[in-house]
Amino acid sequence: MSASPLSNAPAEGLDSARFAAHLSQRTTLPSWWLDAKKAAWNQFSALPLPSRTDETWRFSDLKGLDLTGFKLPEDAPQPHPKHAAFPQTAELVFSNREAITRSTMPADLAARGVIFAPLEEALREQGDLVRSYFQKHPANLGSEKFVALNTALTATGAFLYVPADVEIALPFVVQHTLTGQNLAAFPHTLVVLGPRAKATLVEFFVSGGPASERQLVAGVNDLHAAEGAQLTYVGAQHWSRETLAFQVNSIAAERDARVLSLNLHLGGRQARHESHSRLLGPGAHSEMLALTVADGDREFDQRTLQTHVAPNTTSNLLYKNALLETAKTIFSGLIIVEPDAQKTDAYQKNRNLMLSDDAEAHSLPGLEIQANDVKCSHGSTSARIDAEQEFYLQARGIAPAAARRLLVTAFFEEVLNKLENEDLHAALTALIATRFQA
Amino acid sequence: MPSLEIRDLFVALAATPDKPIVKGLNLTIRTGEVHAIMGPNGTGKSTLSKAIAGHPDYVITSGDVILDGKSILEMEPDERARAGLFLAFQYPSEIPGVSIANFLRAAVQARLAEGEELDATAYYKRLYSKMDMLKIDRKFTSRSVNEGFSGGEKKRCEILQMAMLEPTFALMDETDSGLDIDALRIVAEGVEAMRGDKLGVLLITHYQRLLDYIVPDFVHVMYDGRIVKSGDKTLALELEAKGYDWVKQELAATTA
Repeated sequence: MSASPLSNAPAEGLDSARFAAHLSQRTTLPSWWLDAKKAAWNQFSALPLPSRTDETWRFSDLKGLDLTGFKLPEDAPQPHPKHAAFPQTAELVFSNREAITRSTMPADLAARGVIFAPLEEALREQGDLVRSYFQKHPANLGSEKFVALNTALTATGAFLYVPADVEIALPFVVQHTLTGQNLAAFPHTLVVLGPRAKATLVEFFVSGGPASERQLVAGVNDLHAAEGAQLTYVGAQHWSRETLAFQVNSIAAERDARVLSLNLHLGGRQARHESHSRLLGPGAHSEMLALTVADGDREFDQRTLQTHVAPNTTSNLLYKNALLETAKTIFSGLIIVEPDAQKTDAYQKNRNLMLSDDAEAHSLPGLEIQANDVKCSHGSTSARIDAEQEFYLQARGIAPAAARRLLVTAFFEEVLNKLENEDLHAALTALIATRFQA
Repeated sequence: MPSLEIRDLFVALAATPDKPIVKGLNLTIRTGEVHAIMGPNGTGKSTLSKAIAGHPDYVITSGDVILDGKSILEMEPDERARAGLFLAFQYPSEIPGVSIANFLRAAVQARLAEGEELDATAYYKRLYSKMDMLKIDRKFTSRSVNEGFSGGEKKRCEILQMAMLEPTFALMDETDSGLDIDALRIVAEGVEAMRGDKLGVLLITHYQRLLDYIVPDFVHVMYDGRIVKSGDKTLALELEAKGYDWVKQELAATTA
């Protein structure tokens, strides 16, 4: 690796000097991109941190949003694999500041125009394509400041482009690893599926070092499914115990497109996830799923929006949280049905499994319906473990801790079962199980 | 010879500890023996079996339960199970999302020493042979525990668990309820196949029917929280012919 200006930069925080250094390393990237980064930096600098009066931050721990003392990584150590292997089409592994591993994509897919590359490479080689989709439909759920920071400082993340009528069964896999105390990462992944294309992208987000590593992550995804496309997206984060993490998903589904997004939240000290689906063409469907294991005194903050723009569109949200110890979860979900979106069928459900009387689950469901012929509903439930089920397992000799683990896994199955790919299902189940081994 | 001794046992609901349901019950079961407890509804039969298994809704207010010379009352339900007790539930819980294979695997794993890995190949081989014996379709292994099962399937699944876990003492609570005659025969054959000098069985039943298929060594009549009459298998037939009122009248005559 060549010496970079960053290594000479001071380490006080993410200041203008640091941004200037970041930019000066990227002079080979398109000028529109550099301009977008500058604009984003200015926006980040101008926007205030969330305050108590922001409805989109209700119940969140605002004191935890301290961005001081974080620095950009200067190297890219070899990370250890953190997830179970499963059959895949191609893989990209990012470590700290850059892509370090990249498997070769099958030649027939490359020949058909499929692109799977680090975002910065795509910016150089398919700049116009990236430009047409990058933040085309930004999420609007409260983290604008952190999304701006992501655009300004992003150096990692993948670009997946699948042209019309190309169907790919096995997943594309992206792993983001951040290793080092006080490091910050800003992954940005952009997925574009052409008409009637079909593909799955799985992203793993992990800390490479000890659980005590303090880190900052602000990640963003843009997911686009053109007419009739079928996109499955899985984002699984297992950040260190001391990570402040933001992940913002933006989903756009055109006519008859189907998007399934599943976010798995296993780590972080304070992890906020925002997901905004837009149903843009008739027949579009968005399946929004999330699973969270909340223990210790972690906070998981989830904000969602299902915007039905076109008629005859459907969306189904199911967010499940397992809460232990003194953990806190916040779910705030809104369904907006725009005036033209007649015959919308939208559903939203947040289910909390309370494994501790000291844990705290907040649920704020909402509807905003501007059309008159729609089916919309939402619900939230918080329940303890079923005592009869627990006794049944114990009566078979299974110790209380193992019995609870089985019942939490069972609670999550309803969501994992929605994945068509059984190998992926098994890999995610195994990843969740590692969460209970500590 | 291992034994399960129930000594002057009093059991109440945890919510109403001053109202005993089982009222001074004594019974000793040795391995190799099959005991049947018969009795009218509401006499405390199910309460007895659940309390021995450690169900949290019940409290043992006095007396003791001794397994192989040691009291089990201070043990958690899972410890009792690992010590060799098995309760075949009258109404087994449905557990959506936990497959039979994973459930039984966890139960078998729980009996291994710390750090010892389950031999998956041997486990499945054994599981399939027990399933074949109980005429359970192998597809069942991937189904959720008891979810959407018929009454007969649930009871066969209980016997499958018993066959896999090889308890020293099995408490079988109304295992015949909800079974048609074919299912009853399969369940009874399964229990008969396990019968031997390594297993003691307590069958709890309301009807004599089950005892045509699993012939007990001892029959006890339970009434108002106590065993009021004991005998051999002919007692069950006598009870069937004369009805429970006969026991009540006899009891009234002796206590009068």
